[in-house]
Amino acid sequence: MSVYTSRNKTTKKLLIHLLLIAGALVMIAPFVWMVLTSLKSLGESTQVPPVILPTKYQWENYTHIFEMLPFLDFYWNTVITTVAKVVGQVFLCSLAAYAFARIEFPGRNALFILFLTVLMVPGQVFLLPQFMIMKELGWLNTLTALIVPGLFSAFGTFLLRQFFMSLPKELEEAAKLDGCNHFQIYWRIMLPLAKPGLIALAIFVALWSWNDLMWPLIVNSTPDKMPLSAGLAYLTGEHTNLTNYPILMAGSVLAIWPMIIVFIFMQKHFVEGITLTGSK
Amino acid sequence: MNAMSSQLQPEMHAAVQPKTKKSLNRMKRSDWFWAYLMIAPTLIGLGVFYLWPIVQTIYLSFTKWGGFGKYKWAGLHNYELLLKDPYLWIALKNTLIYTVIAVPVGIAISIFIAVLLNQKIKGITIYRTLYFLPVVTMAAAVAMVWRWLYNADYGLINYLLSMIGIEGPRWISDPAIALYAVIIVAVWSSIGYNMVIFLAGLQGIPRSYYEAAEIDGAGPVRMFFKITLPLLTPSIFFVSITSLIGAFQVFDLIYLMLGSKMGNPATEQTQTMAYLFFTNGFESGNGGYAAAVAVVLLVMILIVTAIQMKLQKKWVHYD
Repeated sequence: MSVYTSRNKTTKKLLIHLLLIAGALVMIAPFVWMVLTSLKSLGESTQVPPVILPTKYQWENYTHIFEMLPFLDFYWNTVITTVAKVVGQVFLCSLAAYAFARIEFPGRNALFILFLTVLMVPGQVFLLPQFMIMKELGWLNTLTALIVPGLFSAFGTFLLRQFFMSLPKELEEAAKLDGCNHFQIYWRIMLPLAKPGLIALAIFVALWSWNDLMWPLIVNSTPDKMPLSAGLAYLTGEHTNLTNYPILMAGSVLAIWPMIIVFIFMQKHFVEGITLTGSK
Repeated sequence: MNAMSSQLQPEMHAAVQPKTKKSLNRMKRSDWFWAYLMIAPTLIGLGVFYLWPIVQTIYLSFTKWGGFGKYKWAGLHNYELLLKDPYLWIALKNTLIYTVIAVPVGIAISIFIAVLLNQKIKGITIYRTLYFLPVVTMAAAVAMVWRWLYNADYGLINYLLSMIGIEGPRWISDPAIALYAVIIVAVWSSIGYNMVIFLAGLQGIPRSYYEAAEIDGAGPVRMFFKITLPLLTPSIFFVSITSLIGAFQVFDLIYLMLGSKMGNPATEQTQTMAYLFFTNGFESGNGGYAAAVAVVLLVMILIVTAIQMKLQKKWVHYD
């Protein structure tokens, strides 16, 4: 009996693994194809039937993209924008989230509802007026346009408020008796305790900022002010007649690897953040 | 110890007592001061860049755009134009087809994978990473590689199909197929994110429920429908609301995979509401018209979310 069930269990586990591996292959096949194509010659990439492995690895595809395009600018713009948004948003959102979670004040609910409104409304509703504001401020085609609207976030405030609410009340009462004001409590006690939440938000912001397309497409039309996302889109658009797929794939690989690394190393925090948004 | 603390007690009371209403008020005031100060930066930012634009977009939707920031009140003109616009109906139809297919299929596959990953098996972190890769990848790169895979002449997919004797379609340039080609990619790239939420939901279900059901002789299928699915409904509700809102706004993949209307005959027939908004607002300079499209999109999302909120009582089981 017990031999029978344990064998049954092994078969079941094997079946599960087989299903999961089949699924995983579908998930990563495009990435494998991306990397393989990025190392092929132009002729090989369009051969019929397709060749799987390049006969001679064309590593120079990875340097050609920097010669053909302001790819270094794309990188720089993306990194600056992302770092600025991560630091700014995590700081500003955590300040507001602390107040919402920890201080009772008149108008708290009404203000929070205003924040939730922003969360509910689709992006398209903001875009035209946002673009006009950028134009009037003379920020079009600058990194400022990419950064500033991204410093403020209803989502971030909401996420961190959830975190702050879960912390014990005794801590701040003790600090209050010691004469700390709210900023000191926030800075010295709550912020260190909310670290997992802050990291989770930071990863979210980094990911969205790194991959954001529509906003950069709208506000920055000169290539040297574009981030990677818009730059890659620009490459495949009608502005350039770049049809060299191996080089485009090399560009794609260069554009995506930093976020993949961030995800692999910060997986735990990221999953924590998603879990927090998914639960009430 | 005890005696000492009880001795101290009256003294402490005495020390606190003088803090009467006045000082309490002062403490409250200081609380309020800090609260407003801490919220102010984000509130001002959201006000300027998000809340005020909502009001402006609604206003703009009733105006005629004269370019360079000049607009004239036009009443319902944009909405009348919109109703007559054949592209609105195409965009609406495509947005709805996209939503109705991509959301449930994406949810079903993610639940299936989450259930598999919720068993006690090795390598869960590796699987999770692999399934998550598309989520962390930028749309431009995703679109580019899929365009290559879909290529009718030398793409890998049609080659694989030809090996089993099927002649593959012109995936992204055939107007009848293109939307579905995009949906496949959209589902592929959303699975990882949903899976994590479902996995968290599954881990909240007590093991004892399954043990009890096993004793009663229930098979895995019965257990899934009688225990797993009902207890997972809060997660399903959350994912369905967020994916629905996301699906209504789908833009990146359509824009990137199909290319411009000039280059691809399928693009015009495959545009969605967000695409219609983008081309009108930022390519052809019909700001007022684009604003009207955005308002329609907002109303659609509000209606569907309200319906979901109402319906949730019927199928979502909390606790």
